Amino acid sequence: MTTTAPPVKDRPGDGDGAGGGPAKDERLLGNPALRKLLGRPELGAVVGALAVFLFFSVVADSFLKTSSFGTVLYAASTIGIMAVPVALLMIGGEFDLSAGVLVTSSALISSMFSYQMTANIWVGVFVSLLVTLAIGVFNGFMLTRTKLPSFIITLGTFLMLTGLNLGLTKLISDTVSTKSVSDMQGFESARKLFASELTVGGVELKVTILWWAGLVALATWILLRTRFGNWIFAVGGNAEAARAVGVPVRLTKIGLYMGVGFCAWVSGQHLLFSFDVVQSGEGVGNELIYIIAAVIGGCLITGGYGSAIGSAVGAFIFGMTSKGIVYAEWNPDWFKFFLGAMLLLATLLNAWVRKRAEATR
Amino acid sequence: MRTNRKAAGRTAAALLTACALALVAGCSGSGGKDSEDKADDGGGGTKAKTPRMKIAMVTHSGEGDTFWDIVQSGAEVAAAKDNVDFLYAANKEGKEQAQLIQSYIDQDVDGLVVSLAKPEAVKAVIAKATAAGIPVVTINSGAEFSKPFGALSHIGQDEAIAGEAVGEELTRRGKKKALCVIHEQGNVSLEERCAGVKKAFGGTVENLNVEGTNMPSSTSSIEAKLQSGKSTGEFDTVVTLGAPFAAASVKAKAGAGSNAEINTFDLNEDVVKQLKAKEIGFAVDQQPYLQGYLAVDELWLNKNNGNVVGGGKPVLTGPALVTEKDVPALEKFTARGTR
Repeated sequence: MTTTAPPVKDRPGDGDGAGGGPAKDERLLGNPALRKLLGRPELGAVVGALAVFLFFSVVADSFLKTSSFGTVLYAASTIGIMAVPVALLMIGGEFDLSAGVLVTSSALISSMFSYQMTANIWVGVFVSLLVTLAIGVFNGFMLTRTKLPSFIITLGTFLMLTGLNLGLTKLISDTVSTKSVSDMQGFESARKLFASELTVGGVELKVTILWWAGLVALATWILLRTRFGNWIFAVGGNAEAARAVGVPVRLTKIGLYMGVGFCAWVSGQHLLFSFDVVQSGEGVGNELIYIIAAVIGGCLITGGYGSAIGSAVGAFIFGMTSKGIVYAEWNPDWFKFFLGAMLLLATLLNAWVRKRAEATR
Repeated sequence: MRTNRKAAGRTAAALLTACALALVAGCSGSGGKDSEDKADDGGGGTKAKTPRMKIAMVTHSGEGDTFWDIVQSGAEVAAAKDNVDFLYAANKEGKEQAQLIQSYIDQDVDGLVVSLAKPEAVKAVIAKATAAGIPVVTINSGAEFSKPFGALSHIGQDEAIAGEAVGEELTRRGKKKALCVIHEQGNVSLEERCAGVKKAFGGTVENLNVEGTNMPSSTSSIEAKLQSGKSTGEFDTVVTLGAPFAAASVKAKAGAGSNAEINTFDLNEDVVKQLKAKEIGFAVDQQPYLQGYLAVDELWLNKNNGNVVGGGKPVLTGPALVTEKDVPALEKFTARGTR
């Protein structure tokens, strides 16, 4: 991308981004590389992730085994793939509560469409992509048209999708889960793309980890190197001001919701091709986990600030914590409490580090 | 200043005395902690001298589910007796359940106990466990998948058979229209129970989905359904698929002014009380305690004596039909959470 960025200031890494504060003469400050590092939104999360990693390395014997590493990364990737678009959306100032069930919808659509039409699996996969993108457009369109809070709009979509998932599945396949599609044409190739395993240096890695890494890289490039990325920061920082300088606010937001749709499609296909049968009632509650990952990773709930890499670190913290508790053999009745406490601590550490970082600027 | 502090001290002392008095005078004559059965857990005895082993159980339970708590207490008693380190984790999403099992494989446990409510989700990871030489015992529903997945044994209840037993009993009781309350949307084994009821029942069956983790919402949904039934032909029986929902249905029935008989799958202390009070017709017990206890015991026996139970067939722990007549014998066991 060689286009010059439009004059929008709110960019992390610009040095004078969200931190604000009295403007100092930049030339008076020391090492510019260090300064740039301290200004990154994900710095706090990285320190938090290190703390969580060290903690579980000490308390859980099997945490440092290589096979455990694959398990933790896989857990992180299933959250991380969705945390990326949710983080972008949050930078753009909006939420999507339908993201969790949309994953299930996407898996249900490809499975049932292919099965009912006795078509090649890839047809269903493609139809599913169209539908999830359409749901993204619907969310974005309703939001920008009605100017209602995204909380309300996507809560509506969330409930409707939950009902549709079960209602349609039962209507079409007569049970609450889909029929097995593993013997259909195209299943194996689709499985390779969405749910295969690679062995790297004795560690079994799921392909979702590659998807995750790819999506994080793509989102980071969009945010920091493209015009659309500038628009995202602009609409999240101040939509009215952005509109005034000519940013297509409506288009940007619809695009962000389509991003959520696309990633939900990827996760949904993974769900389908790794388990072959999809349960219609799943996915509820995951939307909050994606949001949490984005917030831990340094996204501001109010919009205008954050990063895709941060969301990945947030997902990694979540994956380490949820599996680390199992490796540490703690009493499962307290699982959610430990999870909550670890997340809170990670977030506090994150906030503290960021404050220190801003103070040193 | 000094007088103030003294006065404050006196007030505090007075308050303390009043509280103590209230505590003594306010003793409840019934219920409460004092009424708990002090009997031991039924395990007791001496511990086995076999080498320490580690067994993990991973189920699809939601948080704080009574049923799975009883399974766990059975497993814990067997573990204590067999010198076993017992670990437990649960998640109601199939994908998460599979990840939890994988974490225990990473930990090199000596045996795994897995519930099969979402068989396809855990299929691959069970194969991994057996490939890694970790024996797996499956419990609860999904008996038909156990053997093909390579599990040692299955200990549980055949949901269809249990459902049919309920259907037959309802027909015997002369019922015409039943409401089957599903408390976990998308749980295959719950659907199988309702299907079983439908198959063996002479009358008609309607299913109702409720939000199982939200009791007030479940109660109001059942109430609304019972009321709506008034115009289209009244329900004369409600079948709930979990013990806590029987209590919810009793409330809903009163709210809707319905005469439906409440019957339920599974037992707990409340259900026994309600059986006694004739608020519930009958209950189908699948003896969750046995599922936990036998699963751990089976893994221990297999390791130390090479035993396999069931002879290639599932070991059934239910259905056992329980009515008001069985209450005296049951009360003691449900009160301590083992039945």
